[in-house]
Amino acid sequence: MTLMSRNGRSDSLVLEGRLVAPAQGIDECLRVTVADGLIAAIEPAPASELVVTPAFVDPHVHLRTPGREDEETLRSGTEAAAAGGYCAILAMPNTNPVVDSASVLRGLVALAREEAVVPTGFMAAISKGQEGDELTEMVELAGAGAAAFTDDGRPVASAALLRHALRYSGPTGLPLALHCEEPSLSRGGHAHEGAVSAELGLGPYPSAAESVMVERDLALAALEERRVHLMHVSAAESVAALDRALARDVAATAEVTPHHLVLTDEAVRTLDANVKMNPPLRAERDREALRDALRRGAISCIATDHAPHARHEKEVPFEEAPFGVTGLETAFASLHTHLVLPGQLGLETLLERMSAGPARAFGLPEPRVEIGVRANLAVLDLRAEWEVTAEGFRSRSANSWLLGRRLTGRVVQTVADGRVVHG
Amino acid sequence: MSEARRHLLAIADLERADVQRLLDAARAFDGSTAKLPLLRGSSVVNLFYESSTRTLASFELAAKRLSADTTSVRAAGSSVDKGESLKDTILTLSAYDPDVIVVRHPSIGAAQLVTSWTGAQVVNAGDGKHEHPTQALLDLYAIESALGRLDGVHVAIVGDVLHSRVARSLVRALGLVGARATLVGPPTLLPTGIEALGCEVSTDIGAIADAEVVYVLRMQRERMVDAFVPSLREYAAVWGITPERLRPGQFVMHPGPMNRGVEVDARVADSDAALVVDQVRAGLVVRMAVLADLVAGPATGEHALAEPLEVA
Repeated sequence: MTLMSRNGRSDSLVLEGRLVAPAQGIDECLRVTVADGLIAAIEPAPASELVVTPAFVDPHVHLRTPGREDEETLRSGTEAAAAGGYCAILAMPNTNPVVDSASVLRGLVALAREEAVVPTGFMAAISKGQEGDELTEMVELAGAGAAAFTDDGRPVASAALLRHALRYSGPTGLPLALHCEEPSLSRGGHAHEGAVSAELGLGPYPSAAESVMVERDLALAALEERRVHLMHVSAAESVAALDRALARDVAATAEVTPHHLVLTDEAVRTLDANVKMNPPLRAERDREALRDALRRGAISCIATDHAPHARHEKEVPFEEAPFGVTGLETAFASLHTHLVLPGQLGLETLLERMSAGPARAFGLPEPRVEIGVRANLAVLDLRAEWEVTAEGFRSRSANSWLLGRRLTGRVVQTVADGRVVHG
Repeated sequence: MSEARRHLLAIADLERADVQRLLDAARAFDGSTAKLPLLRGSSVVNLFYESSTRTLASFELAAKRLSADTTSVRAAGSSVDKGESLKDTILTLSAYDPDVIVVRHPSIGAAQLVTSWTGAQVVNAGDGKHEHPTQALLDLYAIESALGRLDGVHVAIVGDVLHSRVARSLVRALGLVGARATLVGPPTLLPTGIEALGCEVSTDIGAIADAEVVYVLRMQRERMVDAFVPSLREYAAVWGITPERLRPGQFVMHPGPMNRGVEVDARVADSDAALVVDQVRAGLVVRMAVLADLVAGPATGEHALAEPLEVA
């Protein structure tokens, strides 16, 4: 796997604050000295209101490049990531063209060397054109630096194709990241099946459209003894399936998005296109199951599923709008505001699930606070209050579900791979 | 309908008093074909993205009866065919400063979205599977005309509830006026969670026995493709409204257009029990009431006192 960013300087700086590194069991006031990009010293420091933490890792980002550079570029997307406290992100291959060949992948890696502010890895497609018919050249793609394989945006409809993908890609050691959706159950679906969709008349997208695919995919992972990662889990039934698989030692990891952790389908009553996501926002019991799984660690990753869309594509009736919302610049603040402050989730757990959790799931270098390693650090002001506005984004798109909302907690500085990339 | 610039977007936005006021106003318009000056100098644009006979004709006629200038734009044959967005179409039409835009659109929430792009008052003439508020109002009007009351009336709504904006608006409207609704149909066409609207739900056609009004929804042929029902034949056999399934005194309603022999037997459609033509007639006065209420203001009962402009 290749994580690529602009070759540039290495910075020297001193960060001081309450150092919270849950994966390392650290929570004390410390001064971290970074010299030429490397952590050179860690010393006791006086109490501070700022939190210093291993920077975040987002395993699920749509950078829209190539093809929709009007919505996001590697530069704008990674600047957004930097503003959100991320030191590494993984980009999805559902671009135009699809990242389904080594030549497209190499082009992106080269572009990342020019443009990416934050180290960026690229996932490659499971099937050619993400059509679900033929496997991509997975060995060559792995050799060209693919971070993982996924047909995200679409499910792998054929169980046989997924089985072969798991089996064939085994020697690459790369995980398959799976968008679990049974298309015949989700077809025409725009909102979670329940009272809200029934009352509004929106086509129902039942939880089972996700969970039957989660069950299938976990069964195939067990059969082939391969590592799979479940993307944007949304339904309580999916969590239950994951729990059963983990109890049988299936090598599965899972991610959840900030919007599925904070909102329910009640938000859809506004018919605001910025609460239209795939999978859809679900019911209270689903949200509770997701929060619980995140606390327990069954879901070990928070992923934004950052999905930029052009303004005019979201200024249409709900059913006509594309699925997806942005999230890189608001993930920490939204979860701090809506989960940590109300006592639903410990700060340490949030930080772990945003950093070490996703790094481990994808075999990325875990951001650590240790003498001699490249500095990957985020500085957080937990008291900062701010309002999310369309003008405030580094992303080229502003299709955020948080527009107009006030949040508490903000990323004030990000150091990624030894360089100050934000603040 | 309490904000400064008022719209009629959904029955869900209304209160009982709003419904009563509109029905009273409609009643005052009924029985006369005289042209009234209430909306003289106002303009009404009807923007229809879906085909319509009754709704479009009655909105046009209603506006004309009230002396408004009116024009109708159908998506087919307009700039919409050239890919113009809803937003741009609304900005364009709004440049003519219409007082009211009546919009029918295949997507849920379209009328609500239109309000953000125009200074006109907006009437929802059907937005996808969501709501069709003037249909529900005219249905209440027809029921009240037939039965002499709305409070406590039991209406069984039969058929494809899943895809029906008529059903969604009507259930809400019946709830507002103290009537009772029971949804009846094949399990696949009764959406999960719909009972949250405050209605009863049954898959047994026998559930219509207790109703004073049997409201029949249109059964669309494409429902077989997605395996909602196996055939129109079986649908008609199990849920079709036949004379044998009705008891004396029950009224039958249908929003049209009817599929005779499918959801409703031709003998029922042509019987005295059928209120279908009454519904169409109610559509005109109810839409007059809606337009007058929005443009001229919610002046209870005064509409009837307006001097006839000319006798048509």
